Amino acid sequence: MIFCENLYKAFGDNHVLQGVDLHIKRGESMVIIGGSGTGKSVLIKHIIGLLSPDAGRVTVDGQVVGDLHEDELNEMRKKFGMLFQGAALFDSLTVGGNVGFALKEHTDLAQSKIDERVKECLEMVGMKDVERLMPAELSGGMKKRVGLARAIAMNPQIILFDEPTTGLDPVMADVINDLIIKTTRALKVTSVTITHDMVSANRIADRIAMLYQGKIVAIGTPDEVMFNQTNPAVREFVEIGRIIRQTEAVQGRHIGAQ
Amino acid sequence: MLKKIAVGTLEFVGRYTIDMVKAIGLMGEFVGDTMKWLSRKPLRMGAAVDQMVEVGANSFPVVFFTAMFTGMVLALQSHTGFKRFGAESMVGTVVGLSMTRELGPVLTALVVTGRAGSAMTAQLGTMRVTEQIDALYTLAANPIKYLVVPRVIAGTLMLPVLTVMADFVGILGGFVVAVMLLGANPVLYMEKTFEFMEYNDMFSGLLKSMVFGFIISVVGCYQGFYTEGGAEGVGTATTKSVVMGFMLIFLANYILTALLFSNGGGGAKF
Ligand SMILES: Nc1ncnc2c1ncn2[C@@H]1O[C@H](COP(=O)(O)OP(=O)(O)OP(=O)(O)O)[C@@H](O)[C@H]1O
Ligand SMILES: [Mg+2]
Repeated sequence: MIFCENLYKAFGDNHVLQGVDLHIKRGESMVIIGGSGTGKSVLIKHIIGLLSPDAGRVTVDGQVVGDLHEDELNEMRKKFGMLFQGAALFDSLTVGGNVGFALKEHTDLAQSKIDERVKECLEMVGMKDVERLMPAELSGGMKKRVGLARAIAMNPQIILFDEPTTGLDPVMADVINDLIIKTTRALKVTSVTITHDMVSANRIADRIAMLYQGKIVAIGTPDEVMFNQTNPAVREFVEIGRIIRQTEAVQGRHIGAQ
Repeated sequence: MLKKIAVGTLEFVGRYTIDMVKAIGLMGEFVGDTMKWLSRKPLRMGAAVDQMVEVGANSFPVVFFTAMFTGMVLALQSHTGFKRFGAESMVGTVVGLSMTRELGPVLTALVVTGRAGSAMTAQLGTMRVTEQIDALYTLAANPIKYLVVPRVIAGTLMLPVLTVMADFVGILGGFVVAVMLLGANPVLYMEKTFEFMEYNDMFSGLLKSMVFGFIISVVGCYQGFYTEGGAEGVGTATTKSVVMGFMLIFLANYILTALLFSNGGGGAKF
């Protein structure tokens, strides 16, 4: 349902994307990995039309993102929920105002219904009684979780997560991993998650794609990416993941199957 | 050697011109977008009122101070000059006309640029570099509509209000100095202040100030909206916003004055 075809993007002399091809299927959980600064964030910003490619195109549900008019683009974006790497909470609004923003703007729901939904979303990310706080009063990890709650508030069909577990303690990271698994599996949501966290990648991915030097150099199920690669850059990157998988195989546990 | 300097200079001028043209194009697009959203209902008046309060609160004390002392110094200066040909009684007239026609609108605009215009740049710039503006787009909310339009409405409406206050305070400052220090007759002074004043003086001053308010808020938002380069970029953008605001205000002031005031208020001669 999401096709990135031959995407090129440069900022000045910095050639970030150099021919990215990526197909994300409906309902799958795609994890994108890759070194710092390789363009993972840039890539997902192309999917939702925040950046436009120098060459190539992105298609979502058959619509070419670059060809959409403003109103069409807004309609398309309503299918999406996005968590930014830095959370990007609105500092002038409370936590509740942030999470309920789209509900307030795009639905006719009464304020009481919005409040209910906000509460529900915050509980899903393990937060309680924080609606009245301002973003400046939150820790980095808390901001991230509020950003997650905002991303899922409208029940989007596609969710883009930019490093959802970075900066969280392992227990909270697990809560978030479970949330991603639950939303994708139960609600048939398509998700694209960027992560450096191999534990998380192992748990949530249906497929993993690795971005390296401007291209997708490996793509496949976690096993395929972790075990069947000859590219040394990929092998090195997924080393930890391989160890985790082997350990789990020894213990007879199946990934994500609880 | 000479050739090198010449080529280098030409290259610099060329690149500078291209950048300039690009910037004007981008700015034009930005103003166009803003106008488009300004004409679309519903306007977010609640947000506009919040912004008006902010512009007012930000600028009020400094406008007050500036206008007060300007009126006072005007009285002193014109008294010194006018005494030479025995026209001390005209001090009130000069202070009144200078404040309403020129100094009230322009000084208020400069102060508001420094206070509220730069604050707009800092706010929007911070939102840009922390991806809050991108987040608005992803939530299918247009940032021009949400952030820029309320600020432009607030700037355009608040500046005349602040200008009226500046006019009043400036005249009061002049009055105090003339009466207390220079021994003018208070009744006569006030009479002279308003004797030659026409509605047009006040009115065109306010019209000017609306235009200035529009310029300040559009420039403030524009510079914030296109901020690049993290926290440092926000600082640079804020400075740029003030400099650009000042230049455009002086430019607009001349053009508007030529249009509004020449031929006693009617004609349009440059
Ligand atoms: N708006 C922009 N303007 C200029 N350069 C940019 C912009 N956005 C990203 N870049 C550059 O593109 C490159 C890729 O950035 P990106 O944020 O996508 O990396 P990333 O893979 O997400 O890294 P990380 O894992 O550290 O988040 C970087 O060199 C960055 O400096
Ligand atoms: Mg990133």
